[in-house]
Amino acid sequence: MDTLASLADGFAVALTWQNIALALMGCFLGTIMGALPGLGPSNGVAILIPLAFTLGLGATPSLILLTSVYYGAMYGGRISSILLNIPGDEPAMMTCLDGHPMARQGRAGEALALSGVASFVGAFFATWGLVFLAPQLVKVALLFGPAEYFALFALAFMTLGGVSSTNQAKSAFAAALGLGLAMVGVDTQTGVPRFTFGEVHLYDGIDFLVAIVGLFALSEVFIFLEHRGTDKDASTAPKLDIGRITPSFAMLKQCTPTMMRTTVLGFIAGVLPGAGASLGSFISYSMEKKLVDKDNTFGTGDPRGVAAPEAGNNAAAGGALVPMLALGVPGSGTTAVLLAVLLSLNITPGPLLFTQNPDVVWGLIAALFIGNIMLLAMNIPMVGLFVRVLMVPPRILMPVVAMVSFVGIYGISGSSFDLMVMIAFGVAGWVLRKLDVPLVPVILGTLLGNAMEVNMRRAVTIADGDYSVLIGSWLTLALWAVAIIGFVLPIFVGGVVKARMRGAAEREAAITD
Amino acid sequence: MSDRIFGGIGLMLAALYAFAATTIPDSFMSDAVGPRAFPYGIATVMALASLWFLFKPDPEPDWPRMGRLAEIGLAALVMLAYAQLLPVLGFVIATALASAYLTWRLGSTLVQSAIIGVSTSLGIYVIFHLVLGLSLARGPLGF
Repeated sequence: MDTLASLADGFAVALTWQNIALALMGCFLGTIMGALPGLGPSNGVAILIPLAFTLGLGATPSLILLTSVYYGAMYGGRISSILLNIPGDEPAMMTCLDGHPMARQGRAGEALALSGVASFVGAFFATWGLVFLAPQLVKVALLFGPAEYFALFALAFMTLGGVSSTNQAKSAFAAALGLGLAMVGVDTQTGVPRFTFGEVHLYDGIDFLVAIVGLFALSEVFIFLEHRGTDKDASTAPKLDIGRITPSFAMLKQCTPTMMRTTVLGFIAGVLPGAGASLGSFISYSMEKKLVDKDNTFGTGDPRGVAAPEAGNNAAAGGALVPMLALGVPGSGTTAVLLAVLLSLNITPGPLLFTQNPDVVWGLIAALFIGNIMLLAMNIPMVGLFVRVLMVPPRILMPVVAMVSFVGIYGISGSSFDLMVMIAFGVAGWVLRKLDVPLVPVILGTLLGNAMEVNMRRAVTIADGDYSVLIGSWLTLALWAVAIIGFVLPIFVGGVVKARMRGAAEREAAITD
Repeated sequence: MSDRIFGGIGLMLAALYAFAATTIPDSFMSDAVGPRAFPYGIATVMALASLWFLFKPDPEPDWPRMGRLAEIGLAALVMLAYAQLLPVLGFVIATALASAYLTWRLGSTLVQSAIIGVSTSLGIYVIFHLVLGLSLARGPLGF
């Protein structure tokens, strides 16, 4: 009952005119960003972080704005999947499989509406899951000492590569790179400068917002410059008739069991570290295909094949917030970016967040419920508006993305030096993407590097310089065991899953084209 | 091959990092671990990963042709110039120039580029400065 009382307090926080307006704005912008190919939840949120700061928003309003963008982008990704057969973001890849065939049969409107409902169901129940699971996880997390935290951070890094990379060595490299960058600046414990090479600008360390915007947003601009001409240009795709935009009752009824099952599955995938929304939608689709596809209609425009991945990926998006809020360890790229927001607002995520800043946590959760309802309302009748946004060609969109990134970073610091660092990160991000090195561990490293080191040093200092304390309790041993399994297992399994995800998408594209 | 080169660069980076870590001075106040241990750990992980790239490289990524590489390099240079000129020219002019360049390289015609550049710049100025009240770089003309 405590939980429900806290939630009620949260609604009191969230229901101010300013917060409602921010949630509305976030949902709207998020849906647009999710829908546009090339802009996904992580770069969408990344671009808007500086904005939230320069507007001088407090902690709760900033978080409400940015998580609304996050949820909105998860909704929006499906629009271009269905209409153009181009996923708006990675998790929406599986939605192409049945969504686009439905659109070709002239049922685009139904597919959009159904996927909107499925997104709502997934996100709504996942938010309830967050309400009940996060406080339980907090109870466990309160048992953690510095050694356990060190192991937990290691676990986050070792499992994050998981399915997102085909090569574990590359995610390890990326994590080391990020951690290495985090070390730049004055050491908090002894006060000596590290890796600053005498440059005064570096004494404060590298601002992770600069790194995030550079790596995610600017590198996207470079990718578009590279692919111009060989275009997967959204504006050249044939225009499809939308048709009716309400799903029939029979169709909803047919899809309800599917949505329920995949919501649970997606939520679990989201909570687990390193899996995230892409895996959520993939296993949801695969499971439903095995369970209910008796007449082999999946892949030819079966409504259940649209509902399954959408409920799955939106549930996973909610699930991924659980470890981020309760442990301070994000489970996916976008939640890593949201963690950056918390850190920049001087809020330490983790178990103490729930006791020290209950207004922030519960206000945020309440805002998620409100945002969800707004998104459902926005995504069914107004879907035509978002469809029109898809017609903006990248040659106009990408310069805007670049310039807004510059404006945001300049607005925070007002220094050309930070802009140059951001450009360096943009180019580095492009090179790393070409080499198939995942960017999320880099971000996570710059975010968590200092906390990880501090915990390690604290643990060893308390034990009088005895390093064995790092594996000195059952809890640390268990965490390390999970970390090692999480790192080794994908070497054998992860490649297979990734290959199948790609394979499935390609096979399907071959059939429909 | 790319992965092998990458591995080589990674190894050098790790060595440089470890070297830079050795130069971190000691402080009068210190804990049992000190400021160097964790960076050494990072350098080790980086070196091990780089060795892996050297011995088991992934298949070659499809690099763009020289022309395209130059394209990306030029865009980065334009952005660097933008960062430098921003405080000199002021936000509106610098942004109009930079976004006109980018949209031109992404396939707009010259006339379109000029129009898109100016309207992007003015649009951002209106929304972010006039409506949202963000402080943008001020040039000699006051905007």
